Amino acid sequence: MSEPAYNPTELLICIAARQMPDSVTAFIGTGIPMLAASLAQKMHAPNLIPIFEFGGTGARLVRLPRAVGESRTFYRGVAASGICDIMETATRGFIDFGFLGGAQIDPYGNLNSTIIGPQHHPPKVRLPGSGGGNDVGSLCWRTITIMRHDTRRFVPRVDFITTPGYLTGPGAREAAGLPPDTGPYRVVSTLALLDFDEETKRMRLVSTNPGVTVEQVLENTGFELIVPGGVGQNAPPTAEELHILRDEVDPERFYI
Amino acid sequence: MHVIESGIGELIQPPDLDAFREWNREKKSRALVDKVMTDAEAVSRFVYDGCYIGTELYGTVRCPMTLVREVVRQNKRDLRVAGQGVTELDLWFGARLVKKLDITYIGLEVYGTSNALRREVESGRVESVVEWSNGGITWRFKATAMGVPFIPVRAMLGSDTFKYSAAKVVECPFTGQKICLLPALILDVGLIHVHRVDKYGNAQVEGISGFAFEMSRACRRLIVSAEEIVDTEEIRRYPDRTIIPYYLVDAVVHAPYGSHPGEMVYCYARDEEFLREWVEMSKTEEGTRAYLDKYIYSLANHQEYLDLIGRERLEVLRADEEGRR
Repeated sequence: MSEPAYNPTELLICIAARQMPDSVTAFIGTGIPMLAASLAQKMHAPNLIPIFEFGGTGARLVRLPRAVGESRTFYRGVAASGICDIMETATRGFIDFGFLGGAQIDPYGNLNSTIIGPQHHPPKVRLPGSGGGNDVGSLCWRTITIMRHDTRRFVPRVDFITTPGYLTGPGAREAAGLPPDTGPYRVVSTLALLDFDEETKRMRLVSTNPGVTVEQVLENTGFELIVPGGVGQNAPPTAEELHILRDEVDPERFYI
Repeated sequence: MHVIESGIGELIQPPDLDAFREWNREKKSRALVDKVMTDAEAVSRFVYDGCYIGTELYGTVRCPMTLVREVVRQNKRDLRVAGQGVTELDLWFGARLVKKLDITYIGLEVYGTSNALRREVESGRVESVVEWSNGGITWRFKATAMGVPFIPVRAMLGSDTFKYSAAKVVECPFTGQKICLLPALILDVGLIHVHRVDKYGNAQVEGISGFAFEMSRACRRLIVSAEEIVDTEEIRRYPDRTIIPYYLVDAVVHAPYGSHPGEMVYCYARDEEFLREWVEMSKTEEGTRAYLDKYIYSLANHQEYLDLIGRERLEVLRADEEGRR
């Protein structure tokens, strides 16, 4: 039997979903994290608790939210509170995973979603801003960033640190006053799965996506990536993952 | 307390909590008086050029779109804005009403970045842009709600979001650790849309409360619009549902479908087609102008807006709401 065909967005969603264990809390933002959380709930993590910044906790992601405050973010949920409660829940150490995205990421996992260019105001390009990103990156235990992978996005220095990764390296988060033992955990990109070296806190290649070589990943990364001895290969989306994603998670094809 | 680092952003609205106490003593009546008025009257009386204004919840969710459009119709200018927004603040940028901005997120969510925001900020027409996290801007309301001039938080530390804010990092006098202090934010005017309210202003919402609790307590003037104006006995039957008590409220506006094209949980769904119309038209200045002409400038009031959308379409949105299914 030939392997099923899939598009890059579907691959990102499937690999992101596999990072989420059952019975954890996960701070979910708009877009791919919503689809990944929904897919995870329907596959291996039925008791994954999605948490949305405006107050939705524990929704059954039967239908796909299109905004972080819409009713689907607390559909059959366990609680519907408000933004202070959610951000304070994160501050108290109750949120295990947080999902992030951005226009740029650097070797330490710092993220930019504020401006492009050297000057803050007026900027060359104005992006939406932090939103909950800075709170998620500061306060959740482990963050997973989902990114398209190219040299414009994987850069040596982000133009603006909207959301802190490991800042300048080991100990920098703690020195800035951020809660200890927090920070970037994984990066799920269109080319590979990456994590962060325990000693240097720099980004490290874990495994490449189907059909992608290590060289291709390096060519599309604007900084020196740590490449360990045994780089793995990510399994392609299974027929079951694709079936659930297309027919149950996003049947209206809003995102995929 | 030793200040270790200060953000370089402008403190657009410096907090004065004693003045706020005095305001609340003198200007906010404790009497149960009828505050029902039209959207035109409420905006005309309480929103003014140069005021510092905020909206809740946001763009596509329980958002005071009727009031937002009325602000555009009356061309209230040089607004200083607490910026958590989608389509609501987009209309203000599109109409070039914003002068200064405390921003956390302004974009179109699934539809990407906001072209209206980009045009106004990249051109420098918005004179001052100060960064905050989403938690940060809400905690600033919370500080005002607490009646204190600042609130310590553990977010924003180490980032450029902090550097371009007006926050400060200090050494905590109890633990010795670094902590971020956010200044209280007092709005001159707040706009909030709710499910039901009585004529005095006692307001109840369903579903997530967003930041209605905190923001309603951080306004000098508060305009509440509602799907339904109910008898006070209805409110008194479920007082635990009241998130905004009457004495916080200056005007009550009846605005059925007041969140359109956004959703109102348990009432109506979001209007995807209509949202896409703004996404497309706001891509150019001409399109933005045409949209504002069509849906705001050429209409006299909210009823004409609803007539233009059409009852049939609104009924479909009502039928599409799925929150209790």
